[in-house]
Amino acid sequence: MRHHDIVIVGGGPAGLAAAVAAKKAGITDILILERDNVLGGILNQCIHNGFGLHTFKEELTGPEYAARYIARVEEEQIPYCLNTIVADITRDRQVTYINREEGLVTIRAGAVILAMGCRERPRGALNTPGYRPAGIYSAGTAQRLMNIEGYLVGKEAVILGSGDIGLIMARRMTLEGAKVKAVAEIMPYSGGLKRNIVQCLDDYGIPLKLSHTVVNIHGKDRLTGVTIAEVDANRNPIPGTEEYYSCDTLLLSVGLIPENELSKGAGISLNRVTSGPNVNDRLETEAEGIYACGNVLHVHDLVDFVSQEAALAGQNAAEYVMGQNAAQAAGHTIPLVAADGVRYTVPQFLETAGMRDSVTVRFRVADVYKDRYISVYYDDKRISRTKKKVLAPGEMEQVVLTKKSLTEYPQTERITIRTEVE
Amino acid sequence: MEVREMICINCPMGCPLTVTMNGDRITVTGNTCPRGADYAKKEVLSPTRIVTSSVRVNGGTIARVSVKTKTDIPKGKIFDVMKEIRAARVDAPVKMGDVVIEDCAGTGVEVIATKSVARA
Repeated sequence: MRHHDIVIVGGGPAGLAAAVAAKKAGITDILILERDNVLGGILNQCIHNGFGLHTFKEELTGPEYAARYIARVEEEQIPYCLNTIVADITRDRQVTYINREEGLVTIRAGAVILAMGCRERPRGALNTPGYRPAGIYSAGTAQRLMNIEGYLVGKEAVILGSGDIGLIMARRMTLEGAKVKAVAEIMPYSGGLKRNIVQCLDDYGIPLKLSHTVVNIHGKDRLTGVTIAEVDANRNPIPGTEEYYSCDTLLLSVGLIPENELSKGAGISLNRVTSGPNVNDRLETEAEGIYACGNVLHVHDLVDFVSQEAALAGQNAAEYVMGQNAAQAAGHTIPLVAADGVRYTVPQFLETAGMRDSVTVRFRVADVYKDRYISVYYDDKRISRTKKKVLAPGEMEQVVLTKKSLTEYPQTERITIRTEVE
Repeated sequence: MEVREMICINCPMGCPLTVTMNGDRITVTGNTCPRGADYAKKEVLSPTRIVTSSVRVNGGTIARVSVKTKTDIPKGKIFDVMKEIRAARVDAPVKMGDVVIEDCAGTGVEVIATKSVARA
């Protein structure tokens, strides 16, 4: 059976950054497996700007951001297979893939990096009543149809959900001459970035209807309209608030779900909140030598953070292959606990033996909070706190844990990240 | 005297800003930091945006090439710029950075390709 030191599943932003970092760390035998016919993943269809402010200190469009990483992969001559679907990954790191040139191939990997990204939550997950006419798209599907395949998906649209892709598509359709009548969001706050609400909706006078949802879909062959109603605190529609909007298109921007079928196949446990694998501070899943990064691990708001995280996974996988995985040395495992308004943490565990000097813990909060602290506790002792004027579920937060502070409390059994009012 | 309301986009705070314009005098309230005042002044005096879109490609591996205005353009010109972008056609191959429209809608700003499209 053919062997590669590191096999990376997915050639999007996470896979590319992981590959470049693994090469830099000294591994030359790397293989990226990508199912599309180009590298770059979802960035290829994200033609708007705003990418790379953290990584490159300039505002790039999605394709430009991807091109920078693709250029580095090419310069480093890192091998990749396009049009290649990974069918199976086993816990002992056998990877089976399929493509037209080679057929069905099983290879053995020194380390595997999961970088499959995420997919959109579909209509079927919403239980919206009504017929199933043409004209209902997930926002990302519409984005692909418009930006790559060149179809205007509709002339009058309503968008359900105020995730970033929905907001971006509201502007995109407006610029191409369509009329976007409203964006309905079931929550009392938007799940998208503030910048997108201003520049995609406010700039074009598109109303954002918070605490509203679509309660009926009209039309039999083609969508003819939707009924939108206000919802109460329990997200139940309030009778009497229904309003009809005629439209030929409904876009759904109602959440992203990490794509973990392969991880499940490998028997890797998934986190109930993130729907991604549970990982330690080296971003290693509970299956030894299998790492995860990017949107397959947890859904990110900015690609810059995906690149950072993926580079760390690439470096860690390289060290594992080179036998430098100190995490296997003696030490203990400390669970990270999300509490009091913090919904989850990534990583979920910390291995004291292999810990780097600092570990970035990323998380999201459960609601919009004003004037709160983000606090870190080692058992019952508060180690640090940071005052935040505002926290929102749409924006990822982070705290940094240092090895130095943890060595001062060697008996720590768990680390808690929480929000605090006082 | 004119009063305008807007939301600051510099950080997740999203301060609700009130801008009062009295001749040459502009006062901003509602901001928590100086960046909010700068943002509001720019937004009322000369708001600009980078426009991103796509242009039809003849004979390419994909049907559209993504484009952007090379620098930001006046916000009021967005739809004029879009009109020219929508009418434009390019032949494959296109390289990232290629100029697709030279002086778009009289803004003096180029529209450039943001990805490469090979010939099919």
